Amino acid sequence: MKIAVCIKQVPTREWQPRLNEARTWIREQDASFELNEPDAYALEEALRLREKHGGEVVVCAAGPARVVQVIREALARGADRAVHVQSDALSAADAAMTADALAAAMQSESFDLVLTGLQSDDQGHAQTGVVLAERLGMPHTTIVMDIEVQDGGVRVKREMEGGWFQWIAMPLPALLTIQSGINQLRYATLKGIMAAKKKDVRVMAPPDGLVASQDIVSLAVPARTKQTQMISGSPAQAAAELVRRLRDEARVL
Amino acid sequence: MILVVAEQREGALSRTAWEAIAAAQVLAGAMPVKVVTLGPPGSAAADALAAADVVEVVSAEAEALTQYASDACVAVLRDLVEHEAPAFVVLSHTYQTRDFAPALAARLRKPMLTDVVAIHGTGADATFARPMFQGKLVAEVRPRGDAPVFVSVQVGAFRGDAARRGGGAPVRRVPVTVDAAAVRQRPEAPFQEARQAVDLGQAERIVSVGRGIKSQDKLPVAERLATALGAELAASRPICDSGWLPMERQVGSSGQTVAPKLYVALGISGAIQHLVGMKGSRTIVAINKDADAPIFEVADYGIVGDLFDLVPAITTELEKKS
Repeated sequence: MKIAVCIKQVPTREWQPRLNEARTWIREQDASFELNEPDAYALEEALRLREKHGGEVVVCAAGPARVVQVIREALARGADRAVHVQSDALSAADAAMTADALAAAMQSESFDLVLTGLQSDDQGHAQTGVVLAERLGMPHTTIVMDIEVQDGGVRVKREMEGGWFQWIAMPLPALLTIQSGINQLRYATLKGIMAAKKKDVRVMAPPDGLVASQDIVSLAVPARTKQTQMISGSPAQAAAELVRRLRDEARVL
Repeated sequence: MILVVAEQREGALSRTAWEAIAAAQVLAGAMPVKVVTLGPPGSAAADALAAADVVEVVSAEAEALTQYASDACVAVLRDLVEHEAPAFVVLSHTYQTRDFAPALAARLRKPMLTDVVAIHGTGADATFARPMFQGKLVAEVRPRGDAPVFVSVQVGAFRGDAARRGGGAPVRRVPVTVDAAAVRQRPEAPFQEARQAVDLGQAERIVSVGRGIKSQDKLPVAERLATALGAELAASRPICDSGWLPMERQVGSSGQTVAPKLYVALGISGAIQHLVGMKGSRTIVAINKDADAPIFEVADYGIVGDLFDLVPAITTELEKKS
């Protein structure tokens, strides 16, 4: 089975947001980056499918040169090779633009299965995988928690809200967006990191005529909707003050 | 005209449909609002929607629409949207919307804005607020491209009970044909995993742990606080994903929705998927080392600091009192 995994590089969880002067994007030079978490689960699922059914795992990413960090990490975890659609213009790209860039690079590969994370931890559109399926002409299912490979197809468990699930069967090739927690992640070994250095990363330019479907007019830290009372002091002082307020003010003890 | 897509499950209207109608009424200004819903013939959802202050309810009906399948939904709505030619198509940002709406917008090559939490202005002048970077920032965005623009609104961001009701909108039931050969997904009936043994929805107090707890062997720190408070122990998704606590203790969009008297969030940053499951709690306490964590936006009381220092101190303080 020839499997593609689309990955994205996003700011780390610890990153404190700082904005550019125009307040339309973040100051990227201040950010440190990591692999988008749902994409890590998609990668792990692809590696497990390859172990079971054989074949190849190809990592696909769209973004500026810095993205090579997470591509190398994915190769170190066990992916076979990578395709990087590289352009600075893709660093703040919306879902439609990212999907179009990926589709152009992936079209000729004839993948049997394409996996993506269900959404990215940066822009969080939750659209890229679905739009990519549409562009590649594949059926898709989103928020997947289990995959069974059947004769010429897959049967997947789709998560719904509030603890409900549904099984859906589809022919291959297909695209699935993967929910975090579908599996337990593996981490790169030293051997994997060494091997990754020799693996092929094909760098391509994005296709001409990519257009955004939306503009960010401004970015801001969200306004507080509630008047939060912040309690300070030493741990013992703060603890005493919190318990007093919960008892006397909020009356919840 | 603005077209709302109202979600139903096997004929029953989803409560999020009213939130989408409320959002559409905000966006509409002087424009009329119309509602469409997809489901089995004779679905009760269409009748329920007639109470909305809208010009018409269109119920697209076919046996093949009883169980949700993306391809069927996209095919039926594509015809409808092309025929109605609305300025905007408004939906609730549910798991089902995420599954089909981006494909529909992509097939029509129209812009789609997802997870919208506020709408400023009306019609073509509107801008849309949506969270980015896990809620650390909020972006004001403007669609680029031709109408219709697809907009999905975050669950809970608009109040369903604020949707204006009218004098009984006309309901038009339209039998549609779904080409079975063109529907590639074969859906089975939805199910719930083994009945949940823990009903967090009934708990009066909840102590909930997030990534800040760092490792499974640190859980007793939170357990002792829960015992001292007479609270149930719960968690955000990553903790259950790691297998540190069972899935049935997960609070959030994919887990349980809770509204206890007291909700204590320990080391939870407050991603929106978690907030939607607990922001209805009466009193919320947040303890986090990151002063900018979004959890503090919904908290009544906040302490910035190391939970491994603070939680034992609070436990000791509570034990002192009793």
